[in-house]
Amino acid sequence: MCGIVGLHLRDPELHPCLGRLLTSMLAGVTERGPDSAGVAVYGDRRRCPEGYAAVSLLDAPPDLHVPGALVTEAGDTTVVAAPLPVEELLAAVAGARVVGAGTEVTVYKGTGRPLDLARTYDLADAQGWQGLAHTRMATESQVTAEGCHPFSVGPDQCLVHNGSFANHASIRRELVAAGVAFDSENDSEVGARFVAARLAAGEDLDKALRALCERFDGFYTLLVTSADGFAVVRDAIACKPAVIAETPRWVAMASEFRALAELPGIDDARIWEPEPERVYAWQW
Amino acid sequence: MIDLARTPLRALNRELHAPAADAYEVLNPRGAHAVAAGLCHAVAVEIRGHVGYYCAGMNQLARVTVHGNAGVGVAENMMSGLVRVRGDASQSAGATAHGGLLVVEGSASMRCGISLKGADVVVGGDIGAMSAFMAQAGRIVVCGDAAEALGDSIYEARVYVRGKVASLGADCVEKEVRDEHRAEVAALLAAAGFEHDPRDFRRYGSARRLYHFTRGNTY
Repeated sequence: MCGIVGLHLRDPELHPCLGRLLTSMLAGVTERGPDSAGVAVYGDRRRCPEGYAAVSLLDAPPDLHVPGALVTEAGDTTVVAAPLPVEELLAAVAGARVVGAGTEVTVYKGTGRPLDLARTYDLADAQGWQGLAHTRMATESQVTAEGCHPFSVGPDQCLVHNGSFANHASIRRELVAAGVAFDSENDSEVGARFVAARLAAGEDLDKALRALCERFDGFYTLLVTSADGFAVVRDAIACKPAVIAETPRWVAMASEFRALAELPGIDDARIWEPEPERVYAWQW
Repeated sequence: MIDLARTPLRALNRELHAPAADAYEVLNPRGAHAVAAGLCHAVAVEIRGHVGYYCAGMNQLARVTVHGNAGVGVAENMMSGLVRVRGDASQSAGATAHGGLLVVEGSASMRCGISLKGADVVVGGDIGAMSAFMAQAGRIVVCGDAAEALGDSIYEARVYVRGKVASLGADCVEKEVRDEHRAEVAALLAAAGFEHDPRDFRRYGSARRLYHFTRGNTY
């Protein structure tokens, strides 16, 4: 069991409330994943200013120094934002464990109680146009910050997963043969690397996730976000829960409705369960 | 009236298990799990809002109405009484229910009536994939469409669908609709409060090729 929440804000008036809304959503899935939680925030200009790139690092080395950088420590995660292109910033932090990079997204991971971690990440204060969070109940690998979702392996991309992939080792071998490097033994990372490779090849989220459905065997509800997209997909059996809600002001998804109950205008939202093996993608 | 924004869920369920009143109104369920579960008295419970998992599970005698959507397993293992969902129901609505009537005015998601053991389920909209899986007894009436693999490995439950069936599961077949079946559909529609012509429904059930051991199954 794990919990997933995601929120895309269409209405700029809501952007200052992103963190508060996301925290209420996270509170609705804490029971589904009490051992660790990860968060991604898109478009918070205090965390990643305009013209900057940001990288999120786990256990950043104490001697890390990037000229002109804004460094924020949040538990196990350190966010380094600097007025450099993403590739140059990544080169400047070479050797550190990177768990997120881009010009929009900042990623936070850690172990412990989800709402304690939300305070560590200063989530309630976050602003921006999109965010997601994952609460983890580890079943097949250790409770570590590395094993925490989201998996952010392409620029401004995030993937969160509830479930388990059965054939991840085979797909990992294919990706490794194609030159893709991995950070962990986690099955969800294989999904994230697969999607990132497809997006890098020019596919959109809809096409990449339909390809994932064809190749991956196992249980999954996935939420995948990027700088220009928000997408949900479930496996053919669809035993991992998901609810989507949409209003003119926002699109949200969560493992359970109770994570959506506090959103503004929820009473008038269109609410539905995503069907098996159908990709629900919002791209702009 | 019990407001779940102020009253703990367990206090609500304790009151409903030993009711001092005949009728209750529950406010602000906000997706909470197990609202009005395990009731065994003939009380009426009106829930204003969306509920989470297992609402009205194990229900006996009570009449529970959800004025909103219901999460996974609404009325699971119901023994008797009436559970009505004014909105949509999530997966496994009415799972393993032995008796009583579950009405979903909207649509029900996947695995509706899974392992049904004798209850009746009437759905105003569509039902999701793998519905009526291994359903043993009882009736399911669907006013809309049924998604893939309807009635896979079904035993003796009877399924009536007014709209399209995307595909039938293993050992589930369409069957002749006789007068007794039309009467059965008419009675269930009336009980649920839906106005459709019973002649518009097709009947599905077990071909009984799967669950009997025959000489063909010997090794």
